[in-house]
This record gives sequence, C-alpha cells and structure tokens, in this order.
Amino acid sequence: MSVIGNTALRFGEEPAMLMDVARDFCSDQGMEAARAGLETPLAHTAAQWDAIVAMGWTGIGIDEASGGAGLSVAAAVPVVESMGRVLMGAPLIPTLLAAQLLRRCGGDAAEAVLNAIAAGAPATVAELESEDWNAAVTTRLDSAGLLRGGKRMVCDAQSARYFVVTVAGEDGPAVAVVDIEALGAGALKPRVLIDNTRRAADVDFDGIRPLAVFSGIRVAAALRDHRLLGALLVAAESAGAAASCLDTIVAYLKTRKQFGKLIGSYQALKHPSVEILNAVDAARSFVFHAATLVDDGSLSRDAEIACRMAKAQASEALSFAGDRAIQFHGGMGFTWDCDAQLFLRRAQWAQQQFGDAAEHRARLAELLIDHRDTASTT
Amino acid sequence: MNAAVKELEDFRREVASWLDANRPADPGFLLPQSFMEVGSEEQLDFLREWQHRVWSAGYLGMAWPREYGGQGVDAIYQSVVDQEMRRKAVPICFNVIGLGWAGPLINDIGTEEEKAKYLKGILSAEDIWCQGFSEPDHGSDLGNARTRAVREGDEYLINGSKIWTTLGNYARYMILLARTNPEAERKYDGLSFFLAPMTVDGIETRPIRKLTGEYGFTETFFTDARIPASSLMGEEGEGWKIAMKTLQYERGAEAGAAGGLAFVRIVIDDLVHELDDVTRGGRPVLEDPVMRDELVRLIIEEKAIALGDRRASIPALTSDYPLSLPLSHKLRWTEYTRRMRQFAIRAQGGDGALYVGDEDARAGGFWQRAYLNSFSATIGGGTSQVQANIVAEHVLGLPK
Repeated sequence: MSVIGNTALRFGEEPAMLMDVARDFCSDQGMEAARAGLETPLAHTAAQWDAIVAMGWTGIGIDEASGGAGLSVAAAVPVVESMGRVLMGAPLIPTLLAAQLLRRCGGDAAEAVLNAIAAGAPATVAELESEDWNAAVTTRLDSAGLLRGGKRMVCDAQSARYFVVTVAGEDGPAVAVVDIEALGAGALKPRVLIDNTRRAADVDFDGIRPLAVFSGIRVAAALRDHRLLGALLVAAESAGAAASCLDTIVAYLKTRKQFGKLIGSYQALKHPSVEILNAVDAARSFVFHAATLVDDGSLSRDAEIACRMAKAQASEALSFAGDRAIQFHGGMGFTWDCDAQLFLRRAQWAQQQFGDAAEHRARLAELLIDHRDTASTT
Repeated sequence: MNAAVKELEDFRREVASWLDANRPADPGFLLPQSFMEVGSEEQLDFLREWQHRVWSAGYLGMAWPREYGGQGVDAIYQSVVDQEMRRKAVPICFNVIGLGWAGPLINDIGTEEEKAKYLKGILSAEDIWCQGFSEPDHGSDLGNARTRAVREGDEYLINGSKIWTTLGNYARYMILLARTNPEAERKYDGLSFFLAPMTVDGIETRPIRKLTGEYGFTETFFTDARIPASSLMGEEGEGWKIAMKTLQYERGAEAGAAGGLAFVRIVIDDLVHELDDVTRGGRPVLEDPVMRDELVRLIIEEKAIALGDRRASIPALTSDYPLSLPLSHKLRWTEYTRRMRQFAIRAQGGDGALYVGDEDARAGGFWQRAYLNSFSATIGGGTSQVQANIVAEHVLGLPK
C-alpha cells in the first residue's frame, strides 16, 4: 500500500457557489473590518455576525430537523477560508465546532442548543487546561452534578452564549453544556493574545450546573472527530490568510522601488515569494482534499490523515508567509499600519490551535509508518 | 459501476496482464533510470526493442491520430497504460524528446507533410530524437542562442555547437533552435526552429561523461552542416515562440505527450521500504522521532504534488493564480525528488557512503546514483532558479 494513499479531491457546484458568496461578503468587509475590530472587546461587530447568521452559515453541519442548513460540516471549509483572507474576527469556527461536537455526542438534550446555534447563538468549545493540547482533562462533575474546574484560552468565550465543556467522567470522557446565564460575574478572564483580531478568555466553571451532560462511547469518538475538524477549519482559515498575505507581498513588490528598480525584480525576493506560493498551493490542496473526505459521520482514517496534513501544511505556510511579509516590506513592515503584522500574529495563534505542525506530523508518522498495513486502497 | 468505468477497468486489466506477459527479462546490465542516461549500445538496443514492443501492442501514442501510428482513442487510455507501467515497474520508453516534446509539437502545429514524415518513427523508436536548445555559453538562456543557420538555396548551412544533447549520439533528428537573423532588433526574433536531420555531414557528437561516471548526453558540433530548407518549422523568426511552446510540453504544462514512462519513478514508498531494516542507535531508524518528522514532511510534500494535479483541473479552486499549479510543477517535483533522494542516503547511516559497485551498497547503490542523477532534472529544461523566475513573473506577475 502506498503511504500517499487517498488523493480524492472534488468540489461541486454547490460549494463553489457558497465560496463565491463567502468571498464576496468577506472582500466587502476587507482588512478594514479586521483593523476596526482590533481594539474592541469582541473583534467583530453585531452587524457582521447578523450577516453571517442571515446567510445561514451558523447552520452548516446541523441537520435541517434541528434548524440547520442541511449541509455537511465540509461546506464550512470555503467559508472559513474566505474569512481567513480578511482575518475576520467573527466567532464562526468555535460556533460550528461546538455544534459539531454536540450533534456527534447525540441525544435529545442537544436539540434545543443546536436549534439555538443554527438560529445564531454563538457557542464555543472549552477544552484547554494548560499549554499542553494533549494533557488529560481534569475538569469534572461532582456528586451533586456541579462542574469542578476551569478552562483556559477558550476561543471567543467573550461572544459565546453556550459553552461545550470537556469533562473527565467516571467512565471516560464526557461533555457538558453550559449557558452563559449560569456563569457568575467575573467567571470570564479575557486573555491578551498575540493575534489581536482574535479573542479568548479563561472561563471558571467551578460550581456551575450544566444544562446537559453527555457521556458514553459516542463522546470519545465525537471528541476525536472534534479535534480533527478543529484542525481542518483552522487550517482552511490559515490557508486563506496565507493566500491573502501572499497577495499583500506581491502587491508591494510590484509597486515599491529601491535602487531605481521595482523590488519585485530582485531574485532574492522573487524566489521566496514563489516558495510561499507553493506552500499556499499545497495547503489549499490539502484543505479541499480533507473537505472531500469529511462528512457528517465519524471521520475515516483517510479523513484523519487529510485533516492532519492540512493543519501541518497550512500552519507552516502561514507562519512562513507572515514572517517573510514583514521582512519584504522593509521599514514599512515594522510598523503597526502595515497589514503584514496582522498575518504574522494570526500565524502565531493559529499554529497552536488543535495541535501544531510537529504534533500532527508525529501522529501522521504513527498512521503512515507504523500502521502502513491498514492503508486504504482508494 | 457505469459502462465507461467498467470499460476502463477491463482495459486496465488487459494492460496489466500484457505487461506481466511481456515484461523483458533482466538484461544483466544496469538499466537507465531516465531517458537522459542511455550511455551504451546495449542499453540502446534493449530500450529500443522494448518501446517498439509497447507500440506494436497499441499502448503508445494512443491519443495520436491513427494515420500517424497512433490509436486515435481518448487520452485516458494512455493514462491507464502509463499508470500500469509505473505500477509494474517496467523499463522506460526512452524516446522521450520525440514522444513528449517534438511529437506533440508536430501534432499541434506541424504540416500534414511533417506529421506523415515524423510521427510514426517517433512511436516505433525507429527514429530517435534529440534536442538542440542549450549552448555551451548559454545554458538556460535560450534567447541568446548563437548557432547560425544561413539559407543557401534549398538548404540551410548550420554552424555552431549545442550542449547537453540527450541521446545526441543515437538520434536521427534534432529539434534545433538556431539564429537565422543576427540583425533582428529583438534577439528573440532572430531565432528559427528546425526539425533537423542528424545524419548529414558536418555534425559531430562528443559524449559527455556525467557526475555518475556514466554517459547519456553529448556535445554537438555543427561545421558547415547542410540541412534541407524544408526542415524549417513554421516561418523564419518564429523559433523563440515554437521553442517556448516546446518547453510547455517539457514542463508538463501542456498535454499531448504520446505517453510511456520517461523516468523510473522513485517515490516515497520505495524509500520507506528501503529504510525498513536500517537501524540507528540500536533501534529501527523509522522509530527515530527526528527522522520520522523528516520523512513525514517528505510524504506530505509528495502527496501535495499529487493533490495539486487534481486541484489544477478544478477552476473554482484555482482562481487566485490559474497558472500556478501547472507552471510550478517541474520546480516542485524536481526539487522534492532531489531532497527526498538526499534524505534517502542520509537515513542509511554508514551505508549511505557506499556507491554502485560495492557489494554492500544498499539496493546496489540505487539511491546514491539516483541522488546524483536527480540534478539532471533540477538543472535540465531550465534550472530551478530559472523556473522560479518564470513562476514569479508569469504566475505572480512580478517584474522582470
């Protein structure tokens, strides 16, 4: 069996139309919207979120019976890629991931929350407890059914109506749903992030009674899928950011003159720009390959490989593009007003979400080298 | 399974069993890993016979017109054949300059007379083709070609020299870029393109010994060589345009190739397999975290290229820079290949230092020879650095 394995990549008319709409909406917002959000509490405006809800994007991945759009979560890939292009701060990724985790945990108790999310209630998944994405979960439920513990750097906690909280249950992992109304004053402690187009806060859940708790074998599988889908959506967003970072570089190289020549004519700048292009191309190929393999069911081995490769590639592409963007802009690149810094900062945030490139390559080594025999034949 | 899919699957099985039945026996001498490594008569005879057999079976030039020796069927059939040949690891179809570059060019823009004269011989391997683009002083800088072609009656008189002529000492024809008008205002407008015979007086080929110690290229000298005026392709002054079109085939950016394997394809699976029994620090090298990380990076890179080929055919996913994937393919694949083979040697531990001829060399020194040869692809057909300029200028639109 080949370690290259599955290379399916399809993109039909429906996702292409969705991508057109998303690209138009996002380019109308532009980088100006991201800049306007930099020093605001939520990094986005109510009007932006209302538009996103009106377009039905919060219903992606939610069944029509639960008020959703009846589209697979894969449909979110072109949308979040487009949002990444303008570093939009709206909390769509955490909201979509919270919905995915809930519907994959299943049960009637999830219905009401899924309906609310589809209708536009922002949500997020509270999972991290330290700097270590692989550390064991210690947040738990006490004998009275109250949560004990807190979570760290919860993405867009400041916007969230619902928190889906990972919990160490008696017999394996569990997930609890918390309504913002249940949290006391001061439960949210906003963090200062390197990426100021983004928001995250620590959340103290101690003594809080959840709306619902899910446990059992479906939860373990749902959590695994959640981490992979998280990696994929952040990868898609990063690929979009890297693509637009490249555009920013190219535009500058075509207009800035030094020593009497356009700086884009120098090979020292041309060749790394081509390297960025190749890295972005690879990232986009993996992202849409993964979107081809991901659906509403449990993620296959091929889909897992695709999501991990997408994240590893997109994280490195954006880090590289952002880093070179500063350098190639020269003195201008060292200023606050140059967009290069926004891309570079986003790269530092995004690379850590759902595991960095090295982490995904380590898991890929297990899948591809240690377990070669179980490869698919597609 | 619909009818078309079933037909293709049946065809695939047919090809596979033909290859099993007709695969040539091991000749007992080292076979070339690419068409740029044919360095002896015995290699030439072997490869010529093999290509002829593939063509006679109807498995080469399948998408070329029937009247010129092709099969006149959809190119998908040739892709199936090529995939099976790769999978079965049969020898290469070595007449690549004819099959992949000159042939498609003649098919696309040649006259009926040119098609009738040249195409069939390319497929049957009767006529071996070479390419006369690079010159000793102007490697990748084709626009500065100095070899002169002067019209004298029904002939052109050729003087000058070419270098890196693959198969030069065996070829019957050359696609030749020569200067017909040194006075032209733009240097590009002074160039013309010839389908030139190599069998006339005044052409001398001198084999070049490569870094591997083997042969495969020649330096080619023209001293008052007279070729028929009819070997001019197109009009005088169109040489640059036609040469650029030829390079599009060479870089894989344009379809039309007759098919067949041009290279022994060395892929990451071969490397993983090779490293299976190598140890490092008393443990399998494949368990070493640093080496695993490098290996997975390479797997990701190879897979990205395969996925890029898929994505290239989906307009909605290539709207940013539509030419990006095809124009950068050569750069990405050849650079990846070079680094993968370099890693293959490094990962072998002490054995990495052994070469072809040593009894303990891993796989007979296959990886060492392959690494040295990999530079033929990062240098030939436009160096990676020139490729990067092309992508920067034609894809990103950066200034010259």
